[in-house]
Amino acid sequence: MSSISIRNVRKAYGKTQVLHGVDLEFADGAFVVILGPSGCGKSTLLRMIAGLEEITAGEIRIGDKVVNRLEPRERGCAMVFQNYALYPHMSVAGNIGYALKVAGVPKAERERRVAEVARVVGLEDYLSRRPGELSGGQRQRVAMGRAIVREPKVFLFDEPLSNLDAKLRVQMRAEIRRLHKRLAATSVFVTHDQVEAMTLADTLVVMNGGRVEQVGSPAEVYHRPRTRFVGAFIGAPAMNFIDGAMTPDGFNFDGRRIAVELPLARAHAGRPVALGVRPEQVELVAADSPGALPATVDFVEELGAGRVVYADIDGLPFAVALSEETDLAPGERVGLKLLPQSLHFFDGETGLRLGLAESVETSRAAVAAA
Amino acid sequence: MIERTPIFNAVTYAIMIGGLLVVLLPVWMAFTAATQTVEAVNRIPFSFALGDELLTNLGAAWQRGDFGTKLANSFILAAGVTLGKVMIAALSAFSIVYFNYRLRMIFFWVIFVTLMLPLEVRIVPTYAVAANALAPLQAILDVTGISALIAVLSGVEVSLQWNLLNSYVGLILPLVATATGTFLYRQFFMTVPDELAEAAKMDGAGAFRFFVEILMPLSRTNMLALATIMFVYAWNQYLWPLLVTTDRGTYGTAIIELKQMVPNPYGGLPDWNVAMAAALIVMLPPVVVVALMQRWFVRGLIATEK
Repeated sequence: MSSISIRNVRKAYGKTQVLHGVDLEFADGAFVVILGPSGCGKSTLLRMIAGLEEITAGEIRIGDKVVNRLEPRERGCAMVFQNYALYPHMSVAGNIGYALKVAGVPKAERERRVAEVARVVGLEDYLSRRPGELSGGQRQRVAMGRAIVREPKVFLFDEPLSNLDAKLRVQMRAEIRRLHKRLAATSVFVTHDQVEAMTLADTLVVMNGGRVEQVGSPAEVYHRPRTRFVGAFIGAPAMNFIDGAMTPDGFNFDGRRIAVELPLARAHAGRPVALGVRPEQVELVAADSPGALPATVDFVEELGAGRVVYADIDGLPFAVALSEETDLAPGERVGLKLLPQSLHFFDGETGLRLGLAESVETSRAAVAAA
Repeated sequence: MIERTPIFNAVTYAIMIGGLLVVLLPVWMAFTAATQTVEAVNRIPFSFALGDELLTNLGAAWQRGDFGTKLANSFILAAGVTLGKVMIAALSAFSIVYFNYRLRMIFFWVIFVTLMLPLEVRIVPTYAVAANALAPLQAILDVTGISALIAVLSGVEVSLQWNLLNSYVGLILPLVATATGTFLYRQFFMTVPDELAEAAKMDGAGAFRFFVEILMPLSRTNMLALATIMFVYAWNQYLWPLLVTTDRGTYGTAIIELKQMVPNPYGGLPDWNVAMAAALIVMLPPVVVVALMQRWFVRGLIATEK
């Protein structure tokens, strides 16, 4: 068993707190992606699991063993580093087999296992080359091979794809996924790239400022962000936010009102509230349609498969993603129709999603509808 | 960036050729002098033409200077110092860069300060220690009263003696410590990405294994550069070998011998031809070492993988 359990883990460098009590449970064989902006503590957390950083407080278990005091090699983790950290003076075979050599595996068996791993990562023809003679993608494969060869219980990936170009990144993403299926070891993957996170994760952990903001499946995190931060961080173009206040009959901002499910409105009446809407869940309608917010087009971004209209509602910027062609010109007046089931409300002070408890059912329905 | 014009090129070449002449002229002078007879070498003005007495002069110099033994001694000294410096510098830099302990910065600064205290400055205390390497320990025992205690209890007077004069150990050890080398390694180690050490940790390699199997191969070019510089440095040592060896016949180095062969003003016709031949002999080993090592420098510079 190699589930990972992180209990109230804290990390401080001197007086600077980096992690403020993180609690996470990763199931055996899960592919967990930790997503967050730089400096949110995600890499620190990963390195604490690996044993490269000391744990200031709290407890990390791998399987049912507390690993706080164990050396990295005793934890059964393998790690793929962002810059690969290959040994430049060793051949590919030497790099992949180094862990086995250190562990005292006999030469014949070592060679057999290295050859096998090289086949898995597609490097059979490069075994005698030095890392300096390989392309970025090939180096990445060596790094993965080096991790695989030890048959670890846990794989740790520290932004392994961020040094690759866009095309290779997509390809390596698929390979990592395939590899995970094949090896079925618990994997923890740290990234700041939301596309990587959404596509790879079974479980997505969003972190910010040393705290866990949300844990869930990628769809759950996308459709039901638990905090305003998560809403803003996930999705491109980013979620639109309108700051206003809740009254018993709806959401008010700038003298306008948007109708809201009544129980939610009543429960939070009088609170400052931020309304969040994803650009892809807004409809563009004629400027004078009833119930639509009037806005002015600033400019249109062409993305090929879709396009993003950047508009503003009396100075408040608002993006709308369209899949169909459009001939909107800057300065044109349009109407924005917000679909009631796709509105997200966050408390203006805490940033927490409103109705976290009561509206699970309705939002599940919204997920299904979307 | 710098504009290339014919005039500028001509000036650059002129400066370079001037520099080359300044460097090469004395060498050429030594060489021609070594090929001439005693009469020819003392003729005024000095002739830069080659004579035909080179082998005779070399033979005479070799004989008179006992260079078979002296070159061997110099080589033992230089090789020992080089090896010692390369090892000590690598280990101390490894400690300073890769380990986090309380006194780290203090050690770092102590090593740094020794840059300002070369052997020539501390030569008297160093000689005292070499004369009895256990003297500091003896002093500690005396001051703390342990030796007195032992004398009272067993009737044996403690008198520690370890004489390093007239030995290879005495020649080599005081020259081994090197701040320059430590800094060279330190700078190199700091350019090695941290992830490499972490990857080695994940692969299960301990500190010593990381040092030997990863850090040392990576710093090969550094090591060779340092070794070259230090070999020449140790080969050219004069003062310390002069002090520490009283038995010149057995432990004297080639440089001391060369000094002995420089003619003094009182002894008849000065045989500069033999002295210059001896100079050529003594110059040769460092030249060979630098020439051989240069190939490695270049190779190290081309392979810029990290």
